[in-house]
Amino acid sequence: MIQEIAFYLFAGLMLVAGALVILSRNPVHSVLWLIVAFFNAAGLMVLVGAEFIAMLLVIVYVGAVAVLFLFVVMMLDIDFAELRAGFVRNFPLGLALAAVLFVELFVGLVVRSAGGLTLGTPDGSAAPSLGTTNTEAIGALLYTRYIFLFEAAGIILLVAMIGAIVLTHRQRPDSRGQNVSRQVARRPQDATRNVKPEVGKGVQL
Amino acid sequence: MTQFFQVLGMSYEWAWFVATICGVLLIALPLMLAVAMVIYAERRLWAFMALRRGPNVVGPFGLLQSFADGLKVMLQETIIPAASNKGLFLIAPIITFTVALSAWAVIPFNSGAILGDINVGLLYVLAISSLGVYGTVIAGWSSNSKYPFFSAMRASAQMISYEVSIGFILICVVLWAGTFNMNDIVQAQKGHILGVVNAFALNPLLFPLWVMFFISGLAECQRTPFDLTEAESELVAGYQTEYSSMAFALYWLGEYANVLLMCTLNATLFWGGYLPPVDWAPLYLVPGIVWLLLKICVFFFMFGWVKATVPRYRYDQLMRLGWKIFLPLSLLFVFVVSGYLMLTGHFS
Repeated sequence: MIQEIAFYLFAGLMLVAGALVILSRNPVHSVLWLIVAFFNAAGLMVLVGAEFIAMLLVIVYVGAVAVLFLFVVMMLDIDFAELRAGFVRNFPLGLALAAVLFVELFVGLVVRSAGGLTLGTPDGSAAPSLGTTNTEAIGALLYTRYIFLFEAAGIILLVAMIGAIVLTHRQRPDSRGQNVSRQVARRPQDATRNVKPEVGKGVQL
Repeated sequence: MTQFFQVLGMSYEWAWFVATICGVLLIALPLMLAVAMVIYAERRLWAFMALRRGPNVVGPFGLLQSFADGLKVMLQETIIPAASNKGLFLIAPIITFTVALSAWAVIPFNSGAILGDINVGLLYVLAISSLGVYGTVIAGWSSNSKYPFFSAMRASAQMISYEVSIGFILICVVLWAGTFNMNDIVQAQKGHILGVVNAFALNPLLFPLWVMFFISGLAECQRTPFDLTEAESELVAGYQTEYSSMAFALYWLGEYANVLLMCTLNATLFWGGYLPPVDWAPLYLVPGIVWLLLKICVFFFMFGWVKATVPRYRYDQLMRLGWKIFLPLSLLFVFVVSGYLMLTGHFS
């Protein structure tokens, strides 16, 4: 009973938030609705007993990815007239993409109803067996059976990260950055001099 | 507590429901009172460090100062700037306040005295505390004003930078404790040092991590020396500039609830939580919550001490510390700690 109410609450809110992501005029509002959608997805994950994934979803997507989205989108200067002109021009492409996605969804459903795939069941019978926690179960699989896939994913991410840095990094020879260790290593006697000039004589620097 | 209500003749569902509501109130109400008192305590502390008197007029020793302030802001008018984004402007302080309170659900106050004893407790804390940035960012954007906007930019970059190293530091603790459950992490610290001292922090491999965690905690709470989001000499009051009345008060309460949470995390993850400092039987006669509160007070004193004495960082220095020092160091420690644990057969 409670599970059903919670499921329909999370799922309904997620659909509404997802629709508002593309319907709201203001891009910042879109990002915020996206965050609401992520949150409800995390709620659904908790419902099927995958609390580890749920927490990772919140930490990674809500806590890091969406913040960076917001960071960029907040600084945009949007011209709505231009946006609408783009909408008319890109409408056929969007329609084609939507058709492809719909067909894929349809094929997926047909395959599933034909018994080609076994997915998790909504009554929770696919939830991990009691005794091992979620985290341990994932770790035991990820670091034994899927270790090569896991490491390959890691290497791809590393390459992507280095690539992004190489592509965007610019050396600025004129920048006057702070060299903290040099500043800390500098002693008063290297930089200052104590002199006692005669009256009326002045100091030669 | 569920059993207590079941004894009173309720069905299990209702007993659980009432017990949870009671638990929430038992945490939230004393926390609000504690926030009021620590604001007073910290103002007195800064005053003594600056050779001033501090608030000493309202009530005995000025103890009621925070309540007087609360009454004052409650009676003020809520001003909403005409050009602001009104809905988001009002939601932002509510987000900050809610997030600051909800992380307390998984803090163990005593053996078994924990509202949500979930097995991903530490991840829950990380997830909730990573939401705190939205209160600041949304406030800065929706105010539609220059200084709050700068503050929002700074906050989003700062929080992300320090969360990365906090994550790596906590991984080391989790490796050593072998669990994400907060209660089990505390129990794993029992007699950790030579079977005598109940603290991870005195372990030579984990002590540098605790120091990094403490400093990152200052940055995560946006406290001095990392309070660039409300740097009053540059940004008026940062993201709070346009706020008044209760909305402003919610920011204050949320900020101090966050500081207390960070002190509690220091105590729970590194200094033995509700366990007494030394594993000696007579010390267990003192209730665990007393030890926890004592440790929180010590860390709160350290937070106040830093605020009273350390000057503010520049923004590039803040970024340098986060990305060039803490991130490589914490990564190195993940490597060293996991290597040590593997070689000593901790995992088998």
